[in-house]
Amino acid sequence: MNGAARSVPSLAGLVRQAGPTPAPPQLPVKIQAEGLNFYYGAKRALEDIAVRIHPNVVTAFIGPSGCGKSTFLRTLNRMNDIIPETRVEGQVLIDGRDIYEPGVDVVALRRRVGMVFQKSNPFPKSIFDNVAYGLRINAMAGSRSELAGRVEESLRQAALWEEVKDRLHESALAISGGQQQRLCIARALAVRPDILLMDEPASALDPIATQRIEELVYDLKKTYTIVIVTHNMQQAARVSDYTAFFWLGKLVEYDRTDKIFTAPAEKLTEDYVTGRFG
Amino acid sequence: MERVVRHFQEELEALQARLLEMGGLAEERVRAAVQGLMSRDVALIDKVLYGDEPINELHIEVDQRCFRLLALYQPMATDLRAIVAAVKINTDLERVGDLAVNIAEAAKRYAAHPPVKRLIDIPRMTDLAQAMLRDALDSFVRRDTALAQRVLNEDDVLDSLKTHIFRELLTYMLQNPSTVEPSLDLILISRHLERIGDHATNIAEDVIFMVSARDVRHQAPSESEF
Repeated sequence: MNGAARSVPSLAGLVRQAGPTPAPPQLPVKIQAEGLNFYYGAKRALEDIAVRIHPNVVTAFIGPSGCGKSTFLRTLNRMNDIIPETRVEGQVLIDGRDIYEPGVDVVALRRRVGMVFQKSNPFPKSIFDNVAYGLRINAMAGSRSELAGRVEESLRQAALWEEVKDRLHESALAISGGQQQRLCIARALAVRPDILLMDEPASALDPIATQRIEELVYDLKKTYTIVIVTHNMQQAARVSDYTAFFWLGKLVEYDRTDKIFTAPAEKLTEDYVTGRFG
Repeated sequence: MERVVRHFQEELEALQARLLEMGGLAEERVRAAVQGLMSRDVALIDKVLYGDEPINELHIEVDQRCFRLLALYQPMATDLRAIVAAVKINTDLERVGDLAVNIAEAAKRYAAHPPVKRLIDIPRMTDLAQAMLRDALDSFVRRDTALAQRVLNEDDVLDSLKTHIFRELLTYMLQNPSTVEPSLDLILISRHLERIGDHATNIAEDVIFMVSARDVRHQAPSESEF
């Protein structure tokens, strides 16, 4: 623990004076939150979050419902901005630059920080048009063939190409739930983000489709920095390199995933990962 | 969720009870083997020689329980460490049972010769090895790392008693070659007792890992001190 460690007040005396474990200095930092507070109206949903997320690794956020993990995820691409009567204090730095600074282009930010949601939400368009959508509205492809190339590249990255290459112009709503979720990932990847936020990306999928998403996450981290919110602790243990445990809007513990799941430092984390919570 | 946790907890307690039962059996068999040696009671020695079955059955049962708990509950953190510790403690206790048989074998051969000397240090080693085993298992049940650490510290005493027995018997063997055979059996028995202490030490190390997630194996004693 160093000076950056923040107190986690009272919590029924369960939490020791702790805070996020600082990253070893040699690890580069992609996303850094400092003193981050988030309010829905008068309710403080995130309290003094400080965390450093490393590039090209998968970081999982775990914690019970309402603990703030999804809220925190959404602060990372300012997705909360669209929710009325919300307020952010503190800093979120991506590559050293505060994304809440005045003058930040939020559209450009969300292009760099892509997002995939719990429920797959393809547009009621063709498979091709779904992936091409972001490229078209951002005028990111100069020609028809470049557009087709980028669509194929994205579908390949999302491990979906082989399954849909012969039906690109069919409705995206006709493919299976697991394929729709990978299509949403392809759509997010098409605009070439460098960070991918995933909010429970596999919670509505069957075990086989879940496994495909997990394998995909594993492959994608070579290219992207991935932050994933999950309720499934085995999933967090399987796919992530680092895990952050949130409780009541606080970041209780943040460490290497193997440490969190074999020997967490905090009693609260221990109680949560062993299922003795609440 | 809560019900599942309670069920897991009950399974974990049942597992722990089996290990304690095994520890009790192993301890009893060591005691009986040494008592048979001391009183030259071949019937008692035979009981140890041919009574390994209950421990062997428990050995398999404990492994199966651990295996099932890992597969069905995918335990994490302290629960995961408890089951990994149980797997290892299981092996140690089974080996202690085997060592009781080894002691009984040597005791039976020894009983066929006139006694070399009055046995003083072997019962001392037995008491100490048994106490270490008992304390190691108590520390497991009570999750008591201080007690586990005491077990680790006691191992040196057992080692030095073994060395002492070896030196002493060497003088007997040099003086009278007819004592070589029975003396070697006593040396073997002291070696087996020392191994029982090593297994108790392993258990104590597993307990420290289970409770505090600290791996104290293969460290100089000073490093493993609290």
